[in-house]
Amino acid sequence: MTFGSLDLNTTWFILIGVLFTGYAMLDGFDLGVGALHLFTRTDEERRIMLNAIGPVWDGNEVWLVTGGGSLFAAFPNVYATVFSGFYMAFVLLLVALIFRAVAIEFRSKQPMLWWRRMWDVGFSAGSIVSSLLIGVAMGNIAWGIPLDDRGEFAGTFWSLLGPYPLLLGVTTLALFMMHGAIYALLKTEGALHDKLRGWINNSIIFFIVCYAMTTMATLLYVPHMAARVRANPSLFSIAIFNMLAIANIPREIHLGRDWRAFLSSCLAMVALMGLFGLEMYPNLVLSNPVAANSLNIHNASSSPKTLAVMLTMALIGVPVVLAYTVSIYWIFRGKVKLEKMSY
Amino acid sequence: MDVLTLSRFQFALTAGIHYLYPPLSIGLGVVLVIIEGSWLRTRKPIYHQIARFWTKVFALTFAVGVATGIVMEFEFGTNWATYSRYVGDVFGSALAAEGIFAFFLESGFLAVLLFGWDRVGPRLHFFATCMVCLGAHFSAIWIVVANSWMQTPAGFHIVGDGMKARAEITDFWGMVFNPSSMDRLFHTLCGAWQAGAFLVVSVSAWYLLKRKHEAFARASLRVGLIVGLTASLLQLVSGHFSARTVAKYQPVKLAAFEGLYETRSNAPLTLLGWVDEKDEQTRGIRMPGMLSFLAHDDLHSPVMGLREAAPRPEDRPPVNFSFQLFHLMVVVGLGMIVISALGLLYFRRGSLFEKRWLLWLLVLSVLGPQIANQAGWFAAEVGRQPWIVQGLLRTSEGLSAVVRANTVLTSILLFSAVYLLLFAVFVYLLNDKIQHGPDDADLVPAGKLALPVRH
Repeated sequence: MTFGSLDLNTTWFILIGVLFTGYAMLDGFDLGVGALHLFTRTDEERRIMLNAIGPVWDGNEVWLVTGGGSLFAAFPNVYATVFSGFYMAFVLLLVALIFRAVAIEFRSKQPMLWWRRMWDVGFSAGSIVSSLLIGVAMGNIAWGIPLDDRGEFAGTFWSLLGPYPLLLGVTTLALFMMHGAIYALLKTEGALHDKLRGWINNSIIFFIVCYAMTTMATLLYVPHMAARVRANPSLFSIAIFNMLAIANIPREIHLGRDWRAFLSSCLAMVALMGLFGLEMYPNLVLSNPVAANSLNIHNASSSPKTLAVMLTMALIGVPVVLAYTVSIYWIFRGKVKLEKMSY
Repeated sequence: MDVLTLSRFQFALTAGIHYLYPPLSIGLGVVLVIIEGSWLRTRKPIYHQIARFWTKVFALTFAVGVATGIVMEFEFGTNWATYSRYVGDVFGSALAAEGIFAFFLESGFLAVLLFGWDRVGPRLHFFATCMVCLGAHFSAIWIVVANSWMQTPAGFHIVGDGMKARAEITDFWGMVFNPSSMDRLFHTLCGAWQAGAFLVVSVSAWYLLKRKHEAFARASLRVGLIVGLTASLLQLVSGHFSARTVAKYQPVKLAAFEGLYETRSNAPLTLLGWVDEKDEQTRGIRMPGMLSFLAHDDLHSPVMGLREAAPRPEDRPPVNFSFQLFHLMVVVGLGMIVISALGLLYFRRGSLFEKRWLLWLLVLSVLGPQIANQAGWFAAEVGRQPWIVQGLLRTSEGLSAVVRANTVLTSILLFSAVYLLLFAVFVYLLNDKIQHGPDDADLVPAGKLALPVRH
């Protein structure tokens, strides 16, 4: 079975990229709102921030779960190597994700100040740590990790915390904070909206500084992550598109078109993930220093039969999922109003 | 301790705690559908109040279920990497299907169920409730299919050998409908319906004892008892089907459940007993021929004993442990039938509310399905040992090659602390909701719900 002119393995490389891009665009904003949570001061502001993501954060997180499940099914060797190799990092990520999930649910269930403070911190810290770790994982995948000839991780937890992965961690956090701030802008009105408007410039500047540093570091120290664009100058158009999308964000904010700013931020993420995927292809995990041990879409994949079965599932499932995801965002459109059932 | 023991302990801990919550969500989902359906049909405000109250409880169990469930999704990779490589082709696709078909459905419509009361009309809200319930059931389907494949693998072949060997799908539907998946799915779902129903029963009985919210409690109790008794009776039937499948495809497991060492016809069912694994003897109160009947629908058919099914002791699961858990499940399961039947009988007669001992028993009944569900799952998983995939891969061979014992110990400590905190907070908040009780303002639907339904 082929999908146009693509083979199944490439199709699944793209599909998993799509799932993780979907995750970044959607859970990215609620992680960002979480990272900004402690900057708000009053209880009402915090409740508005929580309820801005209230109906949708859970569905957003499913993109990660489905991405993980698809990785397991389509490229089991990658799933096995990355998760066992990054053991402590993933345990920390899981703990962080647990904390932020229950903090959202628990926080407003009791009126005590200490209770709300505790879950506010849990929500914010969980969001910040999750964002950082996701970026660090991406950074390690891009930089390359030591793999032995069986494709097993040969490093330690501390070896994962190199400067480049950490830089990518901070950049991811900055990206999500900017994305979350724009989303919060969409969902708020009045005094809080004006306050957020003040922060948004800072978050954009923070992101652009990180972005510039990451780009420089990539060009200087991780040249293989620019090789394909260097060899095919036409692909540079994606980088230009990415820059324009980012530059458009402050412009739209200035013009008061928050929705378009959010869209630009999403497009910037798509372009970034697109570049990341283009440079990685056909590898899924780069081995550094022994490049021959890299896991790619062929040596790490499931059988063609399974890939075909899963493609059928995706072709049935994804349109349905998109249809009701869009409907649910539509039902909950507009500014947040605190109601009886709110968090 | 070694990595194997620690990793098994961690999986048992995280899966066991996770499994406190999803059955509640599945069972409460069914109750919510029935109650909201009754409200739409009769328009009695009491049903609206009941639906709102149980929706809040549902939200709480769902949140903790999701939070503890994310761990499960990634734990196969972190602790069982060799297993993941071996089964990814088969097991992974069931897990991915769970994400795409179940989790999105559940979490998407959950938003409408929880926050949509004043935003959408009654019918769309009811539709969302049905979809959440359906999503919860779908997730049970796919995870039980995946687990059943580990019990009775089918629809695959082994490719490669040595460290490169792995299972690949040859027949997708053969994998999905492997010999045990439908029986085990039915059994799991009945257990989940019981979990939800008896939570409703327990809380309602508590209100009746305290003479609080009586109208609410009576209506809730009625639905809870009907669902609870139905599920408990179905569970008996499904238990029989499951036993037959185990007898046919996993004779070692069945023999361990019953502590049967010698192959014999007219095999007895032990009601209460103890297995001496050293002397290979099982002592206890027995019902002659009943195991033969359970396994083969015939009092005289021979049932295979452990000495024949697994001659070498290293191929046997911990026998007494499996035996005790299996029997705990059976005894509690039978008890649930008695309790719910008595409850419903006296409810119909109208004298339940004077029988305080029975109301107290109903209050405690919430623990029954939880104990039986945990014991049943432990028996099913421990009874499969020493295999992680029956007959194909040993549990000791499925570990991650690069993970050290200290690392696993650290994560166990971390997860234990977090789960203990979560459980404490969950119980505290649940108790708080129960003490607070239903909201009388909910007797008057507001927003779009107040609009009349157009027929």
